[in-house]
Amino acid sequence: MNKKNDTFKRKRDNKGIFLRLCKYVFGYWYLFVPAIVMTLLSNQLSLLGPKYSGEAIDAIANKDGVQFDIVWKSVTYMIVCYIASALLSYVLAVIMLKISQKIVYKMRKQVFEKLTSLPVGYFDTHATGDIISHISYDIDTINSTLSHDLVQVMTSLYTVIGSLVFMWNISKPLILVFAITVPAAVLFTRYRSKKVRPLFSKRSRKLGELNGYAEEMLTGCRTIQAYEREGEISNRFNKRNSDAMDAYYNADFYGVTMGPSVGFINNLSISLVMILGGIFYLYSQNGTVASTSVFFITLGGVAQFVQYSRKFAGPINEFANILNEFQSAFSAAERVFAIIDEKPEPEDKPDAKELENPEGEVCFDNVSFGYVKDKTVLHGISLVAQPGKTIAVVGPTGGGKTTVISLLMRFYDIDSGRITVDGVGIDDIKRASLRKGYTMVLQDTWLFKGTIFDNIAYGKEGATLEEVKKVAKAARIDAYIESLPDGYDTVLTDDGINISKGQRQLITIARAMLSDSEMLILDEATSNVDSRTEIKIQQAMAELMEGRTCFVIAHRLSTVQNADCILVIQNGRITESGNHEELMKKGGFYSTLYNSQFS
Amino acid sequence: MKTVLKYLKAYYGRMGLGLSIKIIGTVAELMLPYILSHILANVMGKSASDIVLWGCLMIGCSAIACIFNVKANRMAAKVSRDFAESMRKDLFAKTLKLSAAQTDKFTIPSLESRITTDSYHVYSFINMMQRMGVRAPIMLVGGITITLFMDAYLSLVMIAIIPFLFGIVLFIRKKGVGLYTKVQKSVDGMVRVVREDSQGIRVIKALSKTDYEKRRYDDVNRELVKNETRAGIIMGTVNPIMTMLMNMGCVAVVALSASRVANHQSHPETVIAFMQYFTHISMSLMAVTRIFVMYTKCSASAKRISEVLLTEEDISVMPKSDYPDIFSSNHIVFDKVCFSYNGKRDNAHDISFALKKGEKLGIIGATGSGKSTLIKLLMRFYDVDRGAIYINGEDVRTIEKDRFYKMFGSALQQDFLYSDSIEENIRFGRDIPAERIVESAKIAQAHDFISDFADGYDHELTPHGTNISGGQKQRVLISRAVASNPDILVLDDSCSALDYKTDAALRHALDSAMSNTTVITVAQRVSTVKDCSLILVIDDGKIIGSGTHEELLVSCLQYREISESQMGGAFVE
Repeated sequence: MNKKNDTFKRKRDNKGIFLRLCKYVFGYWYLFVPAIVMTLLSNQLSLLGPKYSGEAIDAIANKDGVQFDIVWKSVTYMIVCYIASALLSYVLAVIMLKISQKIVYKMRKQVFEKLTSLPVGYFDTHATGDIISHISYDIDTINSTLSHDLVQVMTSLYTVIGSLVFMWNISKPLILVFAITVPAAVLFTRYRSKKVRPLFSKRSRKLGELNGYAEEMLTGCRTIQAYEREGEISNRFNKRNSDAMDAYYNADFYGVTMGPSVGFINNLSISLVMILGGIFYLYSQNGTVASTSVFFITLGGVAQFVQYSRKFAGPINEFANILNEFQSAFSAAERVFAIIDEKPEPEDKPDAKELENPEGEVCFDNVSFGYVKDKTVLHGISLVAQPGKTIAVVGPTGGGKTTVISLLMRFYDIDSGRITVDGVGIDDIKRASLRKGYTMVLQDTWLFKGTIFDNIAYGKEGATLEEVKKVAKAARIDAYIESLPDGYDTVLTDDGINISKGQRQLITIARAMLSDSEMLILDEATSNVDSRTEIKIQQAMAELMEGRTCFVIAHRLSTVQNADCILVIQNGRITESGNHEELMKKGGFYSTLYNSQFS
Repeated sequence: MKTVLKYLKAYYGRMGLGLSIKIIGTVAELMLPYILSHILANVMGKSASDIVLWGCLMIGCSAIACIFNVKANRMAAKVSRDFAESMRKDLFAKTLKLSAAQTDKFTIPSLESRITTDSYHVYSFINMMQRMGVRAPIMLVGGITITLFMDAYLSLVMIAIIPFLFGIVLFIRKKGVGLYTKVQKSVDGMVRVVREDSQGIRVIKALSKTDYEKRRYDDVNRELVKNETRAGIIMGTVNPIMTMLMNMGCVAVVALSASRVANHQSHPETVIAFMQYFTHISMSLMAVTRIFVMYTKCSASAKRISEVLLTEEDISVMPKSDYPDIFSSNHIVFDKVCFSYNGKRDNAHDISFALKKGEKLGIIGATGSGKSTLIKLLMRFYDVDRGAIYINGEDVRTIEKDRFYKMFGSALQQDFLYSDSIEENIRFGRDIPAERIVESAKIAQAHDFISDFADGYDHELTPHGTNISGGQKQRVLISRAVASNPDILVLDDSCSALDYKTDAALRHALDSAMSNTTVITVAQRVSTVKDCSLILVIDDGKIIGSGTHEELLVSCLQYREISESQMGGAFVE
C-alpha cells in the first residue's frame, strides 16, 4: 500500500477551524455553561454513591454486629444520589442535544443561504451531489462530534485536573513519571494527527465526489437503461466507491493506532509508578527514607496514587480514541466553511435603487464579457430596446445568445461597457428588483416536486386557483391537467416520467404568464411544443408581449420575422441588425438562413 | 438488517481472526488491574527485584495490548471497508436497475441518500462494533461469572435486573428505529430541496424567489432538527436508565448483604469485592449502551438499504410459452397495443403498425398526445396492458435484456449528459473505437462544433452538459445513439433545437450512412418526418392518420393543419 503519495497536500488551518467551531458553541453559552455545571454535578453525585456504599459496608463490617440504622441511612442516600445523578445526566444529554441541534440547524441554514446567494456559475461547475454531501454528510459528522464527544472532553478535563491535584499531594517524585510520559503522549498524538489530518480531509472529499457521481448517474438512469450500460456505469461508480473506501481505510489505518498507543503510554506510566512506588515504599519501610522526605510513602499512599493514575489516564485514553472523530469533524467543518466563505454575488450598492414600474428601455453600450478571465465571449455589444419593442436574437448555436440573456438578468457582471434599464445602470439597481422586472421563460424546464398548482403558482405569491387556471388555459395545458385524476393537485415526480418535455414547457410558460413583469425574455421558450399548440398559445403570448419590451431567442422565423429589431450574433459579435426587410435586403447570414428553408 | 448483514458473511473468517486478536489484546489489558492488586497485596515491601519483575510483566502486558489492539483495529477497518464497498456496489447496481415507476416511488433524493449516508451509517457501525464490541462483553460476562462464584445469592439480584435491562433495550430499540427512519426521511426531504434548487437556480433567481426557497429550506431543516431531537431524546434516556438500574442493583446488594452478614451467611470482604465488580460491570454496560445506540441508528439505515436491495424487478423477461413468437417479415410490429399510466385512461389505445427493416417511421402529434409513450413501450420502460409489440417476430417481453437493448440506439427526451469528455459522452462506456466516434459525430452534424473546441473531442462537459447549447447537446446525444450502428434508431424529439439546415443535413446523413437501420423519429416539425416511409399522426393516444407525407396531406385533416401551420414558419436558430 502506498502510504505517502496519497496525502493531500493543502495545509489545513486546524486552529482556525477549531476556534470557529468554538464560536458556534459559545454562541449558546446560556446552554453550554449550565451543561458544564451539570456535568460536574452529575459526576460528583455519582462519586458520592460509592462513598455512601463504603459507609454502609463499614457499618456492615462492624465488629459488634451490623449497624442496621446506618446501613439504611446510607442506602437511602445512595438511592437519592443515584436517581439525582441519572436525572442530571439525562437533562444534560438533552441540553447537549439541543445545543448541537441548534448549531447544526444554523450551519445548514448558513450553507443553504450562502448557496442561494452564489452566482449561477457556481452550480454549473459544482456537482449537485457534492453540494448535497456538504449539507448532509459533512454537517452530520460535525453534529455527532458536538453532541457526543464535546461533553466527554469537558468531563475528562475535570477528572484529569482533579486527579493530578490528589497525586501531587500524595507523592511529588512519582508525578515525575507523568512529566515524562504525558509529553510523550502529547508529542505522539501531535505527530500522528499531522499525518492523519490530510487523510481525513481526503476522506470527506472522496465521499463528496462519490455522492456527485451517484447523483449524476441517477439522473440519467433511464438513458443508462436504454443503452443497457448499467454494468459499465456500476463499474465506474465502484471505482469511485473503492477510492472513497480506500480513503476511509487509509484514515483509519493510522487513526486507529492513536487509542492503543496512548493507552500503552499510560499503562507504561502506571507500571513505572508501581515499580518506583514499590521501591520508595520498600525504603520508607526499612527507614532508609525519612518520613519527612518527599520520597516517603505508605502502602496506602501507593495504592491511592495508582488509583488516581488510572483515573488520570482514563480520560486521556478516551481522548486519544475520540481524536479521530475530531479529525473527521474538522475535515467536514473545513468543507462546510469553504462554502460559507465562498464569494457571493457582489452586494447591491448601498445607494442602489428599486426598479419600479419600469418603462422598459434597455440599452447595451459596448458591452464585453467573458465567463473566464481573458476569454471574452461577447465583444462590444451595443443595442437599444425601446419600451414595448421586441428584439429577436438569432445566430448559430454557441454564438453567445444565451449569454446576452444572462447579462440582462445580471447573473453575471459585465467586464466593460454598460447596461441600462430606463437609463439607469443595472449595477445601480437592486438585483432582486431588476430580476423582478423581467419575466423569463427558458428552454430548460425546471419543475420541483409539488403539485402542478404549486409549480405554476410559483410565479406569483398568493396566486389563486382561478388565476392559475386562467394562465394554464392560455398556455393550452389546462385540458391536459384536468384530464389527470388529481387535476391541479397532481404531484410531479423527479423523473416526471408521465409528463413530456413539451408539457413541462407549457407549465413553465403558464408560470411565466402569471408573473406580471414589464419586460419579457423568451429563450427558446416553445422549442419543445408542437407548432399547432404553439399557434394556439401564440395569441396568449402576443397578449403577454403586448406593450412590453421583449427579448426573444427563437428558432421559428414566424416569431423572429415580426420583431422590431433582429440581431444576428456570431462569435460574440453583432454582425447584422435591423428588421426583417432590412436584413433580407442586406443578403447576409440572416437572409441565407431564411432562404434555406425554401431550398 | 439481515439482508445487509449477508454482505458481512464473506468476511467472517477475517473478522473472526481480527476479533480473536482483539480478545487477546483486551485480555492482556484486563490483566493489568489484577497484576496491580497482586503487587499491592503480595509483593509490596518484600524485595525490589520482585517489584521490578512484576512491573516489567505489566509493561509487557501493556505492549501486547497495544500491538494486538492496533492490529485488530486495522483488520476491523479493512473488513468494514470491504464490506461497505461490496454492499454499496450492489446497492448502486440495483438502483440503476429500478424501473421508472420504482424510481418514482423511492424518489431520487432518497435513493441518493441511501447510497451515501445510509451506507455510511452501516459502515460506521460495523467498524465501531468490531473495535468496541469486544471489551465490554468480555468484562460483562467475566464480571457476572466471577460474582456468581463469589456469592450466588447476591448475584441473583444482578441477574434479576437483566430482564429489565433487556426489556428497556428492546422497547427503546423499537421506538428508536422508527424515529431514525423518520430522521433519514427528513434528510431525503432536505436533499430534495438542495438538489432542486441547485438545478433550478436560474429560474429561482429570475423570479427572485430566493427568500421563498430559504423558507422552504427552513421548513425541511426544522423538520429534520425536530426529528433528530426526538430520536436523540429517546436514545438519550438509555444511558441514565441503564446506569440507574445497575446502581439500584448495587443498592439492593448492600441492603441485602446487611442481613446476610448479620445472619452469618456472608462476609463483609465478599461484599466489598462484590461492589468492586459491580462498578466494572456497570462501566462496561455503558459501553454496551453506546454500541446499542449506534446499532439502532444503523438498523434504520439498514432497513432502508434492504428495501432497495429486495425490490423485485417489475420488468422481467417472460417465457416464450406465454408470449409466443409470430411469423413476420417485418422488423417491428405493434399489434393492437393499449396502455395506461394510471390504469384509468388509455394513454395509448389500439395502436397497430408494422415496419420493415431499414424503413423510417415518423411520429407526429400535439404535445401530450402520447408520442413518447409509444417509444417507452417499444423500449420496454413499461409493459403493454393489452396487445403486443414484436421485434423480428419476438414479443419484446421475451427478449433478454442485454440482447434487447443492444438493438437500440436512442436519443430520448431526458437528455442525459454528464461531466466527462465529449468523446466519452458519445461512447457512453461502450466498446467503440475513436474513429467510429468521429464518424457518428459527423453523421449527427456534431463534428464541426466539436472540432471548434481547442481540445476537440477531449472537451470536458460540466454536469448535465450546461456548458454547451441546447442544439449542441442534442447533436452529441444523436452521435451517441448512432455510434453503435444499431438495428433500431430512436430519436424522441431530439432534433427540436436544431436549426432547419442542420436538421436537413442530419436526415441526409442518416439516410446515406444508416440505410439498414430502422429509424423511428418523434417530432413536432413536419419537415423532420416528411420523408419517412410511414408517418403516424397521434392524437389522444390513438392513431388518427397514417401514411406518407403526400397521402396524409390528403387524408388527414390534422396533419394538413400541422403542415400548414409550419409553412413559411420554418426554423432558424
